[in-house]
Amino acid sequence: MITPQTLYEKLWNSHVVHLEDDGTAVLYIDRHFLNEVSSPQAFEGVRLAGRAVWRAQSAVGVSDHNVPTTGRREGISDPTSRLQVETLDENCDSNQILQFKMNDFRQGIEHVVGPEQGLSLPGMTIVCGDSHTSTHGAFGALAFGIGTSEVEHVLATQTLLQKQSKTMQIWVDGVLPTGCTAKDLVLAIIGKIGTAGGTGYAIEYAGPAIRALSMEGRMTLCNMTIEAGARAGMVAVDDTTIAYLQDLPYVPQGAAWDQALAYWRTMQSDVGARFDTVIEIDAAKVEPQVSWGTSPEMVTTIDGCVPDPRAETDPGRREAHTRALHYMGLEPNTPIKEILLDKIFIGSCTNSRIEDLRSAAGVVSRLGRKLAPNIKLALVVPGSGLVKAQAEREGLDKIFLNAGFEWRDAGCSMCMAMNADRLEPGERCASTSNRNFEGRQGAGGRTHLVSPAMAAAAAIEGHFVDIRKLS
Amino acid sequence: MDKFVVHTGMVMPLDRENVDTDAIIPKQFLKSIKRTGFGDNLFDEWRYLDHGEPGQDCATRPINPDFVLNQPRYRGASVLLARKNFGCGSSREHAPWALQQYGFRAVIAPSFADIFFNNCYKNGFLPIVLTEQQVDHLFNETLAFNGYQVTIDLEAQVVRTPDAREYAFEISGFRKYCMINGYDDIGLTLAHADKIKAFEAERLTKQPWLNHRLVG
Repeated sequence: MITPQTLYEKLWNSHVVHLEDDGTAVLYIDRHFLNEVSSPQAFEGVRLAGRAVWRAQSAVGVSDHNVPTTGRREGISDPTSRLQVETLDENCDSNQILQFKMNDFRQGIEHVVGPEQGLSLPGMTIVCGDSHTSTHGAFGALAFGIGTSEVEHVLATQTLLQKQSKTMQIWVDGVLPTGCTAKDLVLAIIGKIGTAGGTGYAIEYAGPAIRALSMEGRMTLCNMTIEAGARAGMVAVDDTTIAYLQDLPYVPQGAAWDQALAYWRTMQSDVGARFDTVIEIDAAKVEPQVSWGTSPEMVTTIDGCVPDPRAETDPGRREAHTRALHYMGLEPNTPIKEILLDKIFIGSCTNSRIEDLRSAAGVVSRLGRKLAPNIKLALVVPGSGLVKAQAEREGLDKIFLNAGFEWRDAGCSMCMAMNADRLEPGERCASTSNRNFEGRQGAGGRTHLVSPAMAAAAAIEGHFVDIRKLS
Repeated sequence: MDKFVVHTGMVMPLDRENVDTDAIIPKQFLKSIKRTGFGDNLFDEWRYLDHGEPGQDCATRPINPDFVLNQPRYRGASVLLARKNFGCGSSREHAPWALQQYGFRAVIAPSFADIFFNNCYKNGFLPIVLTEQQVDHLFNETLAFNGYQVTIDLEAQVVRTPDAREYAFEISGFRKYCMINGYDDIGLTLAHADKIKAFEAERLTKQPWLNHRLVG
């Protein structure tokens, strides 16, 4: 009798090259995405040690963090950003690594480009020097973010030194209500288990509500797994996965496809597999979420209010909530719907795919009005050149532009503001990104995390509104 | 990598939970293609009153006197004392680089975020997990006594306090071995190069689609 295994255990066991006595494994890595921010020191390290890149064919480079979202043909005006992007270009060219350069029509955010090109496949180990690599777990893969020393380790050895994680299953029963998306679900999960709730675990999302999600929804969910503290999030392979992969540019074709398919179908937890922790969520009870503080766990529903720190009994949390409200410029007990906004950001590796843009454009179109007068800037930044082109074929760009939104080129943009797109001190933003940390979208900027539909509605109304009640 | 065997140093308390890596080193400093030069921008937004950009002379910037790092009594501190979930958020290794380049050799907290925790070991910078009670005691002592120091003995896996307490901490055998000897992980892994090659050859035979040539 073979012991039933979880999906994570299958992925882990099939990649262990060597095991040390203390449980540290040499883990084989199948796919390595490289960006311009976390890779230059790693390539330099490999060079200085006189080593070679082990398997250039496993690597894929994409510049995304620093790239401008306008006027790209003129190049990058910030010399430090330009040097980083050029350094990635040189490192990829000299090592013969596939790269989607800034002016390639397929360029975009690495966690959008990889999946849409068919470079992230079930059964793989996928790493990248970026914490949101957890996104790719949506394909039944083991995908997690690493630091620069580990990027160098993978470049030089095709492996990582890792310890096996504990396993957590998040079982989501029921059906997500209309107006609630994977973003609302994952924010609700983080609100429930906290930003350290998943520390030390690999999380598998399962249950009817997960099976009902599209691949894009699953990517949103896995993407924000790191915000719950877990390095890796994953969803088992099913028909939805297979249908999405079919005919993507780098997916195997013909006989290779059939052979791969048979293996990919096994990328799910066995019946009777045991998890170290199981958490159950009722999808039917999820409501549109809005974060109010400076940590993704500081989140409530659209019908909620900013909490009163004095009601908090834990001294650490009381202190954190007080500090967060001060930073956010919010008074306790303010209804979420009364919070006025300055800027809107629709984009990021969490929510910049075509379904996200359709959802946001749908709301704008339904409301049929322009941006509220208090909105100084509303950015729509597609996740890739291909997403942008698809949206334009569907006329979504016109809907956004007619309402007063700006329609930009693909990149990380105002999710982390390494390029020119940022909040000024004190500005308040409804953002479809993943982190509301102090200064994340610009020094002194105030971020409220929401779904694309919620961000779009807030842009037109000037404050948060319940999208379930739009006429 | 610097060896870490025994370290005695002054403790600086940072009394906040969930300190994220965006706070440890803000994104504008990540544009560097070097591994050094991050110490002056550690906790930049909390530490200075103006807006920080790469290339500034930090010695002439207005400092925030309320931030603990700027208090004269903690000048020269080399052990950071923190609260739970320290280092959450982005995977940027610039965070442990900045802490180390400022002069810290170790950080003690009740819990750490996984990626940050892992990144520390790659740089000879030691993250130590103690219990909430032990961390509370250290906070109280640090505030009570000017120049409060602890000794971290990695060989014995203990933190020794001036009031003769010994707090044991866990570390995996492999990590301890690398830290004490200052070994580079990559060199150690490449000792298994033959095993990696054999594993890879078998994998690419059984799953030939992984060997698909990537062409632009």
